[in-house]
Amino acid sequence: MTRETYINAALSLLLVLVPFWAWSTGQAYILTLCTKVAILALAGVGLNIALGLGGLVSFGHAAFFGIGGYAMGILASHAQTFDPIMDWPILIEGTKSMPMIWLVAMLASALAALLIGALSLRTSGVYFIMITLAFAQMLYYFTIGWPAYGGEDGLSIYVRNSFPGLNTLVPVQFLILSYVILGLALLFSARLARAPFGLALSAARQNADRVETVGIAPYRLRLVAFVISGAITGLAGALFADLNRFISPTMFSWHTSGEIMIFVILGGVGRLYGPVAGAALFILLEHLLGGVSDYWKIFLGALLLAVVLFARGGLIGTLAGREVAHG
Amino acid sequence: MAEPLLQTRGITKSFGALKASDAISLDLHPGEIHALIGPNGAGKSTLIKQIAGNMTPDSGTVHFLGQDVTALDTVARARLGLGRTFQISALAMDFTVLQNAVLGALGARSGVMRFFLPVMKDRALLARAHEALERVGLQDHAATRTAELSHGQRRQLEVAVALTLKPKAFLMDEPMAGLGAGGSKRLTGFLDGLRAEAPILLVEHDMDAVFALADRISVLVYGQVIATGTADEIRANPDVRRAYLGEEDAP
Ligand SMILES: Nc1ncnc2c1ncn2[C@@H]1O[C@H](COP(=O)(O)OP(=O)(O)O)[C@@H](O)[C@H]1O
Ligand SMILES: [Mg+2]
Repeated sequence: MTRETYINAALSLLLVLVPFWAWSTGQAYILTLCTKVAILALAGVGLNIALGLGGLVSFGHAAFFGIGGYAMGILASHAQTFDPIMDWPILIEGTKSMPMIWLVAMLASALAALLIGALSLRTSGVYFIMITLAFAQMLYYFTIGWPAYGGEDGLSIYVRNSFPGLNTLVPVQFLILSYVILGLALLFSARLARAPFGLALSAARQNADRVETVGIAPYRLRLVAFVISGAITGLAGALFADLNRFISPTMFSWHTSGEIMIFVILGGVGRLYGPVAGAALFILLEHLLGGVSDYWKIFLGALLLAVVLFARGGLIGTLAGREVAHG
Repeated sequence: MAEPLLQTRGITKSFGALKASDAISLDLHPGEIHALIGPNGAGKSTLIKQIAGNMTPDSGTVHFLGQDVTALDTVARARLGLGRTFQISALAMDFTVLQNAVLGALGARSGVMRFFLPVMKDRALLARAHEALERVGLQDHAATRTAELSHGQRRQLEVAVALTLKPKAFLMDEPMAGLGAGGSKRLTGFLDGLRAEAPILLVEHDMDAVFALADRISVLVYGQVIATGTADEIRANPDVRRAYLGEEDAP
């Protein structure tokens, strides 16, 4: 076991103990905060596959977060008004079932990632950053001008969607659901990094010539990574919408892309638990500093700058030291 | 002589006014080491890049295994069996030595789109990677981070990764650079045996190695091949002496 494994275990324990304490002392607000951490961390786990493993600096992951959110909003709003999404050529109705919503959210974001990736991965560096940003902004303006689903004001869903066997309106039950999904995503992400695909993707980040020379096309690796990454962030978007029972174009805005990126950078780019540590730290700071000063984001900015300048491995990297190549 | 495995015909490439490749026609036959020598900036690496598919010639063709591969990219040429080492090491620096070798083994076998089973536990890949490391003498460094290797060791690893591909022909751009006398000698011995597995187009500055190894030598000066022949023919060639060897041998 490496030091990083212990730190990850400690962080997991903390993330379980805090809600347990909140639950036993009846502080529903803390439970909601912890759920938010898990869902935002999930969005970061998605981005980390593209950014950390693949070296793809996407500044447009809000696109997938938003698509996941709108998948939930559209399906649930049609279900609550009993008005089918379309009745010709085939009847498609809304749904309040979370598994169904998640499936649609992931498929829709994966498809979007395939299209956006296919175009933007032909560029690199600053161009890639700008193109991914541009796609997300396009969707942002599109949803602002889309009155059917609330336009600029967004859309409220009155009752949280359902999951078989659970009462999702009970905070601790929705929290457990979010935690389980985050856990599964972390497990998947850890396996992915160690799989043949992860090795090749990571090599393509370090040296694309090397990968081509052994007969593997970096573009294909990156595109697949981008699609997986988008699907996971899309799932987080659907959960986030369900947490708030509200969607709005803000989910697509560059602030959202920036925040997801901040989770990853704060926690440690390419570190398995980086997004978890980053999202937890972000929410903690927002909670503590946000109460003290409206300008807490200036502190956040300073912290981010410090991390980028002095602690390249983020929180996890600072605690665990340099990444050990896994054997 | 047997049908050439690899052939360039009239490869020409200009960078602005500079002709880095000027109608270069070379071939590589089964079982041979064909050395490409020439002063710095003669266009040796540029030619290797065009053969490997990293750079497209302005005109001319590359044939490999009887097939015109001029329009194919690096990936496709590698898959056909062209193994290449770089003058400036192109390795995954954060990886261990073994991981770099496993990457090569993975490229040689299809099935990179696998998402669940740990690649570093794949027996077949590991066996192939270890075998290649052993052949170049890096077996004791398998667990070393590649960034911590000396320049010479990185060269050896480049060769090892190429070996994992079991290629049909090798392109090697200055594999001896930075190896030191002992290392050069070892690698010279190794390449000597390797030609039986697959022929080598060898760009090399180490003249002892070139004259010891090469079945044929081509001399490149200002993008042009001014002579091709055996070591003795090249040593005796007045143009070569004047243009190249003479500079170094001048009393
Ligand atoms: N991408 C490039 N753009 C412009 N000039 C280049 C490029 N690559 C190589 N050159 C020039 O082409 C000439 C041949 O370079 P190179 O093939 O690296 O020589 P060698 O490997 O024989 O030392 C040099 O003058 C070099 O500066
Ligand atoms: Mg060169």
